[in-house]
Amino acid sequence: MALLLKGGRLIDPACKLDRVTDIVIRDGKIVELGAKGKKLSIPKGTEIDCTGCIITPGLVDMHVHLRDPGYEYKEDLASGGAAAAKGGFTAVLGMPNTKPIIDTGSRVRAVNEKAREATRTKILVSGSLTSGLKGEALSEMGDMHAAGAVAFTDDGRGVQDNSLMLRAMEYVKQFGAPVLTHCQDEELVADGVVNEGAVSTRLGLAGWPALGEELEIARDIALCELTGCPLHIQHISTKRGVELVASAKEKGLPVTCEVTPHHLFLSEENLDETYNTNFKMNPPLRTEADRNFLVDALVKGTIDCVATDHAPHARHEKSLEFELAPFGTTGLETALSLMVTHLVDKDLLDWDVLVERMAHAPRRILALEAAKLKVGATADLTVIDPEIIWTVTPDCFESKSNNSAFIGAELKGRARHVFVDGYATLENGKVVA
Amino acid sequence: MSSLSTQHVLALHDLNVSDINLILDTARSFKEINERPIKKLPTLRGRTIVNFFLEPSTRTRVSFEIAAKRLSADGINFSSSGSATSKGESLIDTAKTLDAMNCDLVIIRHKYAGSPYILTQNMRAPVINGGDGKHQHPTQALLDLYTMREHFGSIEGLKVGIVGDIAHSRVCGSLIEGLSMLGAQVTLIAPPTLLPVAPEVLGYPGGTPVTCTSDLESVLPELDVAYMLRIQLERIEKAPFPSLREYARLFGINTKRMAMMKPDAIIMHPGPVNRGVELSSEAVDTAKNLLLYQVNAGVAVRMALMYLLLGGDADGTVS
Repeated sequence: MALLLKGGRLIDPACKLDRVTDIVIRDGKIVELGAKGKKLSIPKGTEIDCTGCIITPGLVDMHVHLRDPGYEYKEDLASGGAAAAKGGFTAVLGMPNTKPIIDTGSRVRAVNEKAREATRTKILVSGSLTSGLKGEALSEMGDMHAAGAVAFTDDGRGVQDNSLMLRAMEYVKQFGAPVLTHCQDEELVADGVVNEGAVSTRLGLAGWPALGEELEIARDIALCELTGCPLHIQHISTKRGVELVASAKEKGLPVTCEVTPHHLFLSEENLDETYNTNFKMNPPLRTEADRNFLVDALVKGTIDCVATDHAPHARHEKSLEFELAPFGTTGLETALSLMVTHLVDKDLLDWDVLVERMAHAPRRILALEAAKLKVGATADLTVIDPEIIWTVTPDCFESKSNNSAFIGAELKGRARHVFVDGYATLENGKVVA
Repeated sequence: MSSLSTQHVLALHDLNVSDINLILDTARSFKEINERPIKKLPTLRGRTIVNFFLEPSTRTRVSFEIAAKRLSADGINFSSSGSATSKGESLIDTAKTLDAMNCDLVIIRHKYAGSPYILTQNMRAPVINGGDGKHQHPTQALLDLYTMREHFGSIEGLKVGIVGDIAHSRVCGSLIEGLSMLGAQVTLIAPPTLLPVAPEVLGYPGGTPVTCTSDLESVLPELDVAYMLRIQLERIEKAPFPSLREYARLFGINTKRMAMMKPDAIIMHPGPVNRGVELSSEAVDTAKNLLLYQVNAGVAVRMALMYLLLGGDADGTVS
């Protein structure tokens, strides 16, 4: 049966599309778009009124921690898939730091199989670069690639050994998959928990220096230049880091990067003597100057995409002394609204650029099939209500965890419907199992 | 209710100038009592004061313990070995447990910054920070301010040099704020590897600004106070200076450097001293009266703080 989305504003820069028109979905594909003065040829079926809404190709979050297998008390594939749907995402890329770690083909296959039963959200799998995330020896990336892993990363740790990182990038190049890097020099960062500077001094916390990130970005770019392996810098957080990426891009190197909503919309200045552990991230919240630079770089396109680094943790884990609590904030269910509230609604970012940064760029970086609003394309769609106002509360989440750095924020705009392969995963703001 | 403007003392900046003056004035009258043969006051009889020490400490714990006893409070010592925390109970749960036992005042010492705040959110009693990580140690700062005020009559305009491991010092977190609040001029003196990344934020907003140098001898002749920090050999990682020998040579006070100081200048140290490192043995012996005065004042200042937080008035009554 056909599904008619009526009266929405379709925005897709890949198709140079920005107009109010009807869209018909059947058998998982877009089968017809309305045109002026022309009646739809498939008028029957279910009709959903999308008046006032914006319809975009489905959003993709290429950096999430789904915690499954091993840490299901924080999140599992079903709850993570539901959180993605609630946040407007049709696909997410899970990181390999589960228990066991995703470092073999059979583990990639196991997650893929479990995901098919757990959720309709497309769960993409990344494999670890090094066996057991130990940074000592290459993992079986050929097997993992054959089993469906779309990228390789030791996310959560930087590979410290330069020669191992060189071998990893040389080796991965044959698969055409990108290497995603968490850039952190462990000697420089040591026990750092907040940005090194005014806040670490004032709060008496060990500093996590910007240089600890920037040196590894510089190294990884050098290795990219040597090997030609596509390199994607994860959760970039400093001005100088972005400048390094910009100059790599000028040279024509295959380097991309992502930024998280928390690095875009929060800074170290949010930390005070209440030591709120939801502001403990890795990399840490940086300075206001860094934050402003990141926003600018995202608008200009030096930063390719937005990814949340969705990092769910149980309440008992975050309710500890700041230095003992784990790093991370959840992000799937607030990212889109934050982007609308702080950038689109303030005329800092156009809708078509948002679509590029949150839907097209992640697919391109991961070498996935492009999602387009055109006849014949897979019906992965996000329908956004740009006017709705809502408040982030601890009990508003589909995620099993509520360690959000944005609790209390009043936000504008939210996903209303999400379709994956033509099936709803979110309907009128409610997750469809 | 507290006669101070705050219910808890987690950081020196929880206090305003009149709070600090009230504490120091009250401490002076307690200090007198501490010199009497019978040192006990009935003031806090029936109150329960918990010394919750999650990090080894002798001086500070004993000082608080004596202060509580001199005020006739029932003091309980609760340290990490043998307590629930070593069995994996969270700080929040331990706080709630203590709260259920109706404690009247809790002093916490913990190696993690911000832990006293967690207590305030999970119990009703006032909380005194007895040192949290590298963050704050307000009672140490108060006893240092007391010592300086008694010695010089006033803190305003004093030139105070703080020498040593500023970057890892919770004493500095509190003392610099207090000095800057009360109008002293603070110079931080340390090798660049022991200076904090952003020393300017350690001052008090609107207070006198803080300056830094790595050249001790260039500022020593102008100082009224040389406040020597302990090199915490057990805590210093990755050797921020090549050797203790070289540290002592560049940043230690010895006979030669004492001679460079103003005649009425004083040397202070929060203790315990590493003889031959921060201070040569000769310097310790010259300064020892004042170092012990600091310790002695510590009891009186802690008595004053307990008394005022538990509702004592300047006139000596407890509501």
